[in-house]
Amino acid sequence: MKKELVDLKINGRGCELAIEPNALLLDVLRQQLQLTGSKRGCDDSSCGACTVLIDGVAMMSCTLLAASCEGQDITTIEGVTEHGSLAAIQKAYGDWGGAQCGYCTPGFIMTVKSLLAENPDPSEADIRNALSSNLCRCTGYNQMYSAIRAAIQAERQGMATGEK
Amino acid sequence: MSAEFSIIGKPTAMVDAAGKTTGAGKYTDDLSLPGMLVGKILHSPYPHARIVRIDTTRAEQLEGVVAVAIGKDAPKTYGILPVGHDEYPLALDKVRYVGDNVACVVAISESIAEQALELVDVEYEVLPAYFDPEESMKAESDLIHDNKPNNLEKDYHHVFGDPEKGFSEADQIAEARFISNEVTHAAMEPHSTLASFEIDPHTGKPGRLTVWSSTQVPYYLQHKLSLVLELPMQQIRVIKPLVGGGFGGKSEVIPLEIIAAIAARKAKASVKITYTREEVFWAHRGRPRTIIDLKTGVKADGRITAVRARVVQDGGAYCSYGVVTILYSGALLGALYDIPNIQYDGYRVLTNKPACGAMRGHGTVNVRFAFESQLDELAVQLGMDPAEIRRRNLLKPPCITVNGLRVQSYGLSECIEKTVERSGWKQRKGKLPRGRGLGIACSHYVSGAANSIIRSDMPHSTVNIKIDRDGGVVVYTGASEIGQGSDTMTAQIAAETLGCSLSRVRVVAADTDLTPIDIGSYSSRVTFMAGNATLRAAAEVKKLIAAAAAKKMACGPEDLIFNNDLVSKNSRVGTAASGRPAEQGSAASVSGRVEGQILRGSLQQKRKEEGPKDSMTFEEAVVAAIDFHGALTGTGSYAPPPEARGGKHKGAGVGPSPAYSYSAQVAEVSVDEETGEVTVHKVWAAHDCGRALNPVSVEGQVIGSVWMGMGQALTEEMVWKDGMLMNPGLLEYRSPSAVESPEVEPIIVESIDPEGPFGAKECSEGSLAATIPAIANAIYDAVGVRLHESPFTPERVLAALRAKRQAKQLNLTEGVDPTAPRRFREHGGSLCFEGKGPERHALDPSRQAAPSAGGTD
Repeated sequence: MKKELVDLKINGRGCELAIEPNALLLDVLRQQLQLTGSKRGCDDSSCGACTVLIDGVAMMSCTLLAASCEGQDITTIEGVTEHGSLAAIQKAYGDWGGAQCGYCTPGFIMTVKSLLAENPDPSEADIRNALSSNLCRCTGYNQMYSAIRAAIQAERQGMATGEK
Repeated sequence: MSAEFSIIGKPTAMVDAAGKTTGAGKYTDDLSLPGMLVGKILHSPYPHARIVRIDTTRAEQLEGVVAVAIGKDAPKTYGILPVGHDEYPLALDKVRYVGDNVACVVAISESIAEQALELVDVEYEVLPAYFDPEESMKAESDLIHDNKPNNLEKDYHHVFGDPEKGFSEADQIAEARFISNEVTHAAMEPHSTLASFEIDPHTGKPGRLTVWSSTQVPYYLQHKLSLVLELPMQQIRVIKPLVGGGFGGKSEVIPLEIIAAIAARKAKASVKITYTREEVFWAHRGRPRTIIDLKTGVKADGRITAVRARVVQDGGAYCSYGVVTILYSGALLGALYDIPNIQYDGYRVLTNKPACGAMRGHGTVNVRFAFESQLDELAVQLGMDPAEIRRRNLLKPPCITVNGLRVQSYGLSECIEKTVERSGWKQRKGKLPRGRGLGIACSHYVSGAANSIIRSDMPHSTVNIKIDRDGGVVVYTGASEIGQGSDTMTAQIAAETLGCSLSRVRVVAADTDLTPIDIGSYSSRVTFMAGNATLRAAAEVKKLIAAAAAKKMACGPEDLIFNNDLVSKNSRVGTAASGRPAEQGSAASVSGRVEGQILRGSLQQKRKEEGPKDSMTFEEAVVAAIDFHGALTGTGSYAPPPEARGGKHKGAGVGPSPAYSYSAQVAEVSVDEETGEVTVHKVWAAHDCGRALNPVSVEGQVIGSVWMGMGQALTEEMVWKDGMLMNPGLLEYRSPSAVESPEVEPIIVESIDPEGPFGAKECSEGSLAATIPAIANAIYDAVGVRLHESPFTPERVLAALRAKRQAKQLNLTEGVDPTAPRRFREHGGSLCFEGKGPERHALDPSRQAAPSAGGTD
């Protein structure tokens, strides 16, 4: 298939890319841009490991045409770190055991970011509902809840770290 | 948390956490090399067929295709077990399951490779196939492997004690058939391998092979690559990047790992193969469908007199870990409770489905489901609290079980006590509203196998440590971090032993060129074995540092204490102990890493002037040791002690472990009698892990095990139709989502094992097996039906409820368990035997010797 030029805005930076019109956003991120933080865990939007934010909304990049994202703000896990330091949610996931093998973690962090942007004070049920778009095979999710609560607390205190 | 340690026992974030939470950490599929090509595998569409002809011409002619590899490019068999070398990387003459590997196309892009797969012409002669293990065992022709009559991979027949006598002494006997359906690991990271050959400078031909792979066993992979590619092991380097979960699915050599190397050799270029999710399901190696005929006898006081188990495992088309799985199923009947008489007949059967292998709780899970369910039933028959019957059968360690397993540390009693207490068992059991119930079950698991699958005297783990002049500690370990916290455990043990801070320690792991041999991350062996090796390596280096430091401090090395980045004289030896803290502060800042050599030099000068000190910083002590000894390195290794290696009977090699973990769990469930849906509300899980080196990790492993067990109990099942997997995707193979996952309350029990590193044992697998029967027993408590087949789907629950209801309507006792809690016997008077006398009992089939009623469907 003949390639076409598209302008994508990824993590605040514009980039002009030659891609096939049927190229999936996940493949463009991982293979062309080497942004390998977004993972492929399935092929059919069932696991959420590839979750990115499109204009702030959590979307699964494995079933999203890259060309359709022109003109939108794409945020990947690589764009979450703040000023070269861990964002509160990233620190908390590490401290509270929210990540074990870590393969699903970038997807979960994007999902949580989108949740907290929409609802800074989510209930337990809100958190569970939001997380149910992503699969984790290691943690049983329990420690993620502690991590998310710790991150909310840390953000509230205006701190970059979640002290335990 | 323990006050005697500064790092051990403290909640610690994983040392590799930042790489995982930022996405910067690299898994195999994240890697690429210049000029790298993509490999795609052609899989068999038939469950059993002879390959008559393969023609790759059309595929090779497609623009962008570089090579097509087929069976004869590497016609060597391999398998994870020395007795099970029955796989070809690419099929040579026969395919044995839908998904078997036939050819590999190497192309410049994934889409071209996929196109080319359709152009590989394969002519098959379809053979009769076997899907049911009990049918397969009767096969006389068209065997799956010619050297396996009756498609029987292996059978074992063990008798310990005198089971017949045991049953004759029993006051109550229960007997039933249990079935656990097949489940798979479904680790989030699909398997991936990148293989690359270097040109040998001397011969000018392809020489060394480097393989990056998502593996739990880099050393075994190196070994099998060497066999199949006919290259010496030193010509192969296996590197394990981050691994996105294993659970046993990456604990043996998976076809793509060898195929990638064969393809790279043929294409003369670096080749990466990553499975699609569907291919992961075909690669499988999960927990086999298991049919368990179980009979247990107990005395009126609850003591178990005998157990007889006949276990048939549907092993799939290749041996894989099968021989070990079927042995674990029998061996791990022992070591949890004191069972004086055991008879075990195990059959590992071949069928035309993907091979089953090792999965979390290897071999023990399905039999434990059957055993704990039956024990619950017996407790009810005896009118005994199910928690109490378990207490009555505790081992009295240190001891050796009837089947030769050595048990030393044993926290089961405390586990039972704590779960019972925390769950409010005594106050709530039997008193919850209809449809809601509590169930209890126990389990255990090995902390690594005492006998390696490769029989040799080689230590199972070896660790090297190097310390640099600035006090930076590098630990080289072959142990594989797969998300369980292996690297963090290693760093913690090294830091604690050396008395330095965790941030000084860097772990270099699982690279066969750099790290000494470790047989891998499986059977929960890493903490116990690699942990002990780390401890010994660190202790060796510490000796060197202590010798040099003692000289400087004018004392004996045995008088030194290493703690918090300080080496100081034991206070009973030292003189200036009281003034130390302030002094430490200033010393640490003067010799801080930023100031570097010049200041350190002047500090040494200052120290010389001041004479012997009561303490040195860790860095100063290291510098002193390096000045004295030269390079500062140490090695430690671990081999299980001979006493822990088990009995002498055939198959005795599997089951023995230097230590066993113990778990007791209470599950609270509710059952919707209209829909058959089971909801797990909470699980209390007490786990005896010896010592919790890192409570965050231990709790994470326990919760994860319970959660995975719940998946097998309620929703996870591989559904087959004529050898085709009907649900090869994460939407159809249903592991519980966040909404369906209950709160799990982990309760850490520390029995301090005499041989474990700081007393630690395994914590990653043992909890899984108890969850399934705990849920089954809770369902019984909730609605009075015993489920004999997992998973307990709404269909199976409804069928059991319907059987019970119909039996009532028809005034039959069949399908109804007369031992059901009284509240379920209140209606349909004929079912209430109370006061009706023995003539009613005689009519009750479930009171006769036949397998107990109340089956699922």
